[in-house]
Amino acid sequence: MHERQSSGGGDIEARLARIRGTAPVREHTARTIAALTTNPGCDRRAVLDAAGIDKQKLAGYVGFAFPSGQSPFAITRGNAFEAQVKADGCAGLLRLLGERLGLPVPEVSYADLAPAGGDASLEGRHARTHRLVAEAAAAGPDGAVLLDHPLLRLAVGGRTAYLEPDLIAVKLRGRFHIVEIKSFAVIDGQADGRKVAAAATQAAVYVLALRGLLAELGYGPETVADEAVLICPENFANRPTAALVDVRKQVRVLARQLSRLVRVGDLVAALPPDLTFDLGDGAGIPGRPVVEVKGALHATRARYAPECLDACELAYFCRDEARGQTAALGRSVRDELGGVPDVADVLALAEGSRAPDGDQAESAELLRLAARLRAEALAAAR
Amino acid sequence: MSTLTSLARAQAVRAGRAQPIATVRHLHIHDRPLVLIPLTLAGEANAPLAAMAGDHPDTPRLLVVAQPRNRDQRFAFAAALAGIVVSYVDSFTLEVEAVAGDRPRDIRVRFADAPQIVVPNPGGVGFARLFGRSTRFRRTYGDFPVDPAVPMLGRWLTFLAERAEYPGSCLLLAATEALALHWATGQSLVEDQNLAALLGWIEPPAGLTGVQAAALAEDAGICPPAGPTTDPVFDNTVLASLIRDGDVPGLEKALTTQLEPTWGLVWRAIDRLRALPAGSRVAGRWDADKEAFTAHVQHLRDGGPPQPRRDSATAAAQRLNRLERAQASYAAQRAFDDLLVLAEYRLAGEAFAGTVTAADPERVEGTGRSRKLRPHITVTTADPVRLAPGTALSAPTRPGQKATLLAVTGDEVLLELSGGMGRAATPAPGTVPELGERICYSSLTDGYQPVADFPRREDTPWTHGGPPAGYEPVAVDDAAAEEWS
Amino acid sequence: MSGPAVSGAGVSGAGVSVARVTDVLPAVLADLRSGRHRGVVVDSPPGAGKSTLVVRAAAELAAGGDPLIVVAQTNEQIDDLAVRLADAVLDATIGRLAAQDYQAPPRIRDRPAVRVGRKLADLPGCGIVIGTAAKWATIGDRVWPWAIVDEVYQMRSDMLLRIANLFERALFVGDPGQLDPFSTVDIDRWTGLSWDPMQSAVAVLLSHHPAMPVHRLPVSWRLPATAAPVVAAAFYPFARFEAGTVAGQRRLECTARSSGGAQDAAVELAAASGWALYELPARHAVRTDGQAASACAELALRVLERGTLTYSERDPGGVPVTADRIAIGAAHRDQVAAIRSYLGPAGSGITVDTANRLQGREYDVTVVLHPLSGRRDASAFHLESGRLCVLASRHRHACLVVARAGIPELLDAHPSTEPVHLNVPVKFPDGWEAHQATMSHLERHRVRAT
Repeated sequence: MHERQSSGGGDIEARLARIRGTAPVREHTARTIAALTTNPGCDRRAVLDAAGIDKQKLAGYVGFAFPSGQSPFAITRGNAFEAQVKADGCAGLLRLLGERLGLPVPEVSYADLAPAGGDASLEGRHARTHRLVAEAAAAGPDGAVLLDHPLLRLAVGGRTAYLEPDLIAVKLRGRFHIVEIKSFAVIDGQADGRKVAAAATQAAVYVLALRGLLAELGYGPETVADEAVLICPENFANRPTAALVDVRKQVRVLARQLSRLVRVGDLVAALPPDLTFDLGDGAGIPGRPVVEVKGALHATRARYAPECLDACELAYFCRDEARGQTAALGRSVRDELGGVPDVADVLALAEGSRAPDGDQAESAELLRLAARLRAEALAAAR
Repeated sequence: MSTLTSLARAQAVRAGRAQPIATVRHLHIHDRPLVLIPLTLAGEANAPLAAMAGDHPDTPRLLVVAQPRNRDQRFAFAAALAGIVVSYVDSFTLEVEAVAGDRPRDIRVRFADAPQIVVPNPGGVGFARLFGRSTRFRRTYGDFPVDPAVPMLGRWLTFLAERAEYPGSCLLLAATEALALHWATGQSLVEDQNLAALLGWIEPPAGLTGVQAAALAEDAGICPPAGPTTDPVFDNTVLASLIRDGDVPGLEKALTTQLEPTWGLVWRAIDRLRALPAGSRVAGRWDADKEAFTAHVQHLRDGGPPQPRRDSATAAAQRLNRLERAQASYAAQRAFDDLLVLAEYRLAGEAFAGTVTAADPERVEGTGRSRKLRPHITVTTADPVRLAPGTALSAPTRPGQKATLLAVTGDEVLLELSGGMGRAATPAPGTVPELGERICYSSLTDGYQPVADFPRREDTPWTHGGPPAGYEPVAVDDAAAEEWS
Repeated sequence: MSGPAVSGAGVSGAGVSVARVTDVLPAVLADLRSGRHRGVVVDSPPGAGKSTLVVRAAAELAAGGDPLIVVAQTNEQIDDLAVRLADAVLDATIGRLAAQDYQAPPRIRDRPAVRVGRKLADLPGCGIVIGTAAKWATIGDRVWPWAIVDEVYQMRSDMLLRIANLFERALFVGDPGQLDPFSTVDIDRWTGLSWDPMQSAVAVLLSHHPAMPVHRLPVSWRLPATAAPVVAAAFYPFARFEAGTVAGQRRLECTARSSGGAQDAAVELAAASGWALYELPARHAVRTDGQAASACAELALRVLERGTLTYSERDPGGVPVTADRIAIGAAHRDQVAAIRSYLGPAGSGITVDTANRLQGREYDVTVVLHPLSGRRDASAFHLESGRLCVLASRHRHACLVVARAGIPELLDAHPSTEPVHLNVPVKFPDGWEAHQATMSHLERHRVRAT
């Protein structure tokens, strides 16, 4: 077990603030929390996220901008579909819940918690969410409640994250269900497995947050269903369809990764004391020498894998840093090359131009055999 | 992936260019393939935006949907694409060839050649599958009638996409997968999905390394994505306003800039593959493709129904059986055709190559009528042999002869041979490997695999939901009535 | 330890409230004969008496006078069942359907009550006909009133499709914790379909017949009290079971002196607690890691050399652990070959095999090469819960696990990026979680290699 080296949480917060520098904190969102599960072995990402650093900006600053941006067509389509499902107090949604999922809803009270008028502060909106969830829960098995844009909170590594309210929580027959509206299509019952997985992980964030809120009110975790409701367009039309997605696994993985965030203290303690990702020149204008910022990045340990290219804003920087390493060629490649981390060493061992050190004897034997078989086959084919 | 291909990747890193992982071509490359590059509108369910297609590199045809959300324009696109794809496919139904059947004097007739469509990447295969799904049930009468070519296109695209799942089939190829079967780059499989980057490693432009070529290829501003999804920046800065304004000439020009580079890349990929010598079993697999093509044409001519939306229980089980048999056969054939592929099995200890160092060619078992020739040979090998005693082996060079592994002692493997030695009391000359002969054995077989029995559709058992309703015209009507935007 | 309330619970000699197979059987047969269901499923955790249930059920059904077929997945399973059926059902001839190249082992040849035939016509008058699913799939044109399908979780849905028209009603028996059947092709064409041919036969059966009764054998007679709760919690989260023996009833004792080394310490810890994690220093190694492979072999040999005795309800006076009562399990065939190469003549009687091939087998002591030992990243293959479950549930007394340090860190660093498919029931337990649970147990039984 790790011993906490620094004296307490306050120190860590101060340390993270120094690492972030003068830039404003990037707060966690459901998406960044979900991302905790995509490469949880990466210390670099753990430190940057804990410090609330804008990775997109940082990557661009050091010359490895992440190709970003969503197509305007995708955004338009997403918004149109959501509006359609939510039209008339979510009438279409309620009909689907009844028809497709057997959750008949006779009369539902509908509340929209979007920041329109009144107290639009995060705290205020969360307080309203809190009150309405409490009322709904207190009603027991009676009464159906549909909360649109509820603002939930989740403690992430000692900080409170407010979760972007792009979902609906619906309470039916005494249980809350998380409803997510996504604009990818379900065609003949099948949808893109990666998109469903992303939706399931995000839903799991909300399940955890809602369970947290209900736990404060004295309700058990079973008050929130393990199955999230996914609403998507069906086939090639805009007609919505509903599917239940079991998110138990995602909830457990997330809970595990959230519980591991305390290790950020250890990671930070091991970094150079003056490390910072401040891009400013001291006068608040980005002007810090790029080489310095790169140096700061190199001081944190990344665990780059090609899959990062789809998932992390810093991936192109990390890929460049990882050139010449076997792991950069694929998660399984290093394993297949006997665990030898450097490409140059792999080739030297395979060709026998370098003697293996103690731990590498077996790897070297494997590589030499592979090199022999490869050379033999290529020579015979000539 | 394996240690051998991973080693090739490591070598590619150092060399700055891709390294071969095959010594022969394992795919049939057509004399006149049809290249098809589809683009779709972001956010929509496979809504076509444009396509570039043609069977000659100098004559690409561009199809554009000015308003991809408009149903009529989508149908018009489908009809135009049918004009290219279906007429290309039909051009192979003019000439037949006769082949010997299973029994002597059985002569069957099949088409002498078959179509081959090449798309840039697996996304292109996915487009064919989904576009086939959205067009094959369309009706040519009633509400929203379509051009008769539209459902025909759907049925052909569906056929090709299904065939693409079939191991070893070459009727529909994705260029990235075809290249990756033959070369290992100094980047990962994830990055190899980008056709331009992959070709950048295989044929780096003069003065550039693979890394540099791939870096250029990844810049969507220099090298637009090979589809079907477009570059979001292009969508934002160019496409959005052109679609809003309905500017057809502007769209055609803009989309040409997005499609033309990929058009060139796919033809380069085809040329590059064509330059490799074909494996000796490639033609046999192409014959199987011709058979499948002939059967589908026959099905259409007989007025058969379009492919159902999903396989029934019996159809799914039968298809899985066919796919698994094809997979086993394809794996064995590739290993027999290509020493570099066979080396994968040698490294895994499932095959070994060596020299015959002892032989008892006239050894017999039993007497009288049960007297059988069972020669023993010893093969000395430097390969790690991890085959269990009793395993049946064969040598690619002696397909008619079975070798049973008796024992592995150090680097010596003792084998007992049966079959393929003639009918005489002693083996026919040359039928038993001789002392000093270099030979390779493996447990791979490409022999006859009996077709499994499955219940008929109407006999689907209770365990699997019982017999489904007949080929549901109702479902077809539903599909025909499906909204399309 | 008090177990869950189980209908028809019996009382074992040790005073633990447990249900025996014979207590579960009447309810199973009642459901089967009720006419309300065409099938009944019995889930059996490791060593819970699955074969006994199959044999007893077959005897009962045959006693009713109706002909019956029995289906299993491998020839070895069929031969084992044929022997047990012949011994249990004295007044019936057992017909053993076999393929053309089948060679009957001595245990079949020695039993006149088992008749071997290549086709049904060779087996006239056999009240019970038994064969592999693959063989049954070639038989048609006849329908039996009853079938018993064994090892049904190892069977793929498409195989069940091929044989299901042979019977009116069936009893399906298997262990849900074992390795899933697999396919050599990798396509998602059928995902989400209730009849997906790549799913296990049980998954497809239950998705079409959600009301089909599922019984559970609640007691493992194989796993000792030190193992049953661990295996149940990690691999059977929704079907808890308990050990048929109480703590102390199974004992291992080393009679020869210890050399004082770490391997002896591991053997002693396993003897005392049922488990040992023999931990090698962290290193990213080749799959056939020589240190780990030799440690597996040496630990197994130490069990022999230490003159280890087992005391159990079968042998209260103690019997020596002989080589044939020890197995070493690994994930890959090349690892098996590597381990075998270190065993030498003294260990020639020790079984070394992959998880796939160890399914259904039982030993006194097992040594396991942990599937994640020496790995940096875990693949789906390594994480499959069934693989670890098989390896960790073959023993009656003790299990020694050999692993390089670093597995908990590997698991924590494992990216969770598997696709999620609609309408496909989530499989539990999840491999990642099962590995976490098993590791956190093993870490309490750690001996570091010196």
